[in-house]
Amino acid sequence: MSDVILSTRNLSRSFGALKATRNISIDLRAGEIHAVIGPNGAGKSTLIEQISGGLRSDSGTVHLVGRDVSALSTQARARAGLGRTFQISALAMEDTVLENALLGALGQSGRPWRFWRAAGEDRDLRARATAALERVGLAGVADQVTASLSHGQRRQLEVAVALTLSPRAFVMDEPMAGLGAEGSRVMTDFLDGLRGEAPILLVEHDMDAVFALADRISVLVYGQVIATGTVAEIRVSREVKEAYLGEGA
Amino acid sequence: MIGERYINGLVLAGFLAVPIWALAMDEPFTITLATRASVLAMAAVGLNIALGIGGLVSLGHAVFFGLGGYAMGILAHHAQTHAALDLGFLAIEGSRSMPVIWITAVTVSALAALLIGLLSLRTTGVYFIMITLAFGQMFFFFSISWSAYGGEDGLSIYVRNGFPGLDTLVPIQFFGLCFTALCAALLLHWRLRASPFGMALNAARQVPRRVETVGLNPMRLKLLAFVVSGAVTGLAGALFADLNRFVSPTMFSWQLSGELIVLIIIGGVGRLMGPVIGAALFVALEHFLGGLTDFWHVWLGAILLLIVLFARGGLIGILTGKDGPRV
Repeated sequence: MSDVILSTRNLSRSFGALKATRNISIDLRAGEIHAVIGPNGAGKSTLIEQISGGLRSDSGTVHLVGRDVSALSTQARARAGLGRTFQISALAMEDTVLENALLGALGQSGRPWRFWRAAGEDRDLRARATAALERVGLAGVADQVTASLSHGQRRQLEVAVALTLSPRAFVMDEPMAGLGAEGSRVMTDFLDGLRGEAPILLVEHDMDAVFALADRISVLVYGQVIATGTVAEIRVSREVKEAYLGEGA
Repeated sequence: MIGERYINGLVLAGFLAVPIWALAMDEPFTITLATRASVLAMAAVGLNIALGIGGLVSLGHAVFFGLGGYAMGILAHHAQTHAALDLGFLAIEGSRSMPVIWITAVTVSALAALLIGLLSLRTTGVYFIMITLAFGQMFFFFSISWSAYGGEDGLSIYVRNGFPGLDTLVPIQFFGLCFTALCAALLLHWRLRASPFGMALNAARQVPRRVETVGLNPMRLKLLAFVVSGAVTGLAGALFADLNRFVSPTMFSWQLSGELIVLIIIGGVGRLMGPVIGAALFVALEHFLGGLTDFWHVWLGAILLLIVLFARGGLIGILTGKDGPRV
């Protein structure tokens, strides 16, 4: 158990009569990519919000590196080491690519209360931001306004901002969303190399990417985890086939 | 299209050139107009920190303008009547010294902004506008009914307050003081905008959830912006009161809050010099058109309409060919 970085225990959340998530217990171990898959409405987005702090849970706990973060705010969980990316890019579109990365570096430094020297002139922040942009291949467009980026580049920037945080665990909400075949392949290769740095809880619809990347997969249906296992186990699971991949798949 | 920094330089140069020309031509009233424009510009520069960078559409900034004005009025009133302000446990002597008045104005308006911000920032959008408006109205009606300081009639201060080494009654000297204060406010906005704080605040306006996700608290960023913003507008209020040697409840009126927003929109929201251009145009229209017709606001309204419809970046946006931030 010592190598579990992020874990949820019996996490539940209802919206009125709808039980969006029910008793979800998932472990994210060091060095792994743990994919969460499920049909639309299975509760994946709710789960991500419960883990990252955007939604309060009705019951259950979230532990990050052995610490109970269930009662913490989104920003406190980020400071505790949670690096989250959004399904729909949440970037400051009017700002430059570098400024978006600098914002992450600033959050990581935990010192936003500086009012005189320009953020772009702070060597530590800049080095951290630039390093992250280089890793995802956006260094060349660092000074462009974010709104001018292609969809694929925005997805990369989304990941770059998470990188600047040097998180203990990544929680990624559909990083492949809207990417073409080539973009998906580049992102898949990148995430593949990232798992050694910090494990990734990956919510993804792109099954090719999931089967290529995941060490383990949890299948979510109607708010419940119906199966957790390796790619091979999930592929042959009857339950999963019936509930999710569809009979005959 | 012209680079924004050249436009900024030109605007400031123009702002200086007009009163210097007026001095040479012996037109003291023009110097007073330039002083009025500087002070209104400064009040709007204050608001622009909250509105332009932080996206906080405050329709209650007259609160801080008025508090600055009344800080001046009350202190100077007690000095001119030689009666200390008796709070029961503490007697405060009046003051005719601008530095003392300024410190008071900044402190009082910053504190008010902290309290108002703590309550209003729980809301966003139209509710934020309404709650700041409500605070403005509370101060407005309080000042009307506060007969100790003139109530509805306001409070006249017979001699302009002093500043060490200057004769503030000489128009060009008082202009110099107000213009310097405006430049200080602009310097503050400029440094703040580029600083880590300003970058985070600017992002909090656009995508608050991103700011949270990197571990920063958008609420605190906005609250501090609101306090700094209120303090700058408060100082402008103290100068405005000294310019007119008169304070009245109109300084708290919601029309004034609205005018400050109009100045910013005309010049360019979030643009460093937006409020300065806006204030210069406003005072010029008020003077020239106001001399022709009592209904000069119609023309101001027409300009505002054109800018909102066709030039979201304001006059600075037209000149630079770049839109400003979206609020």
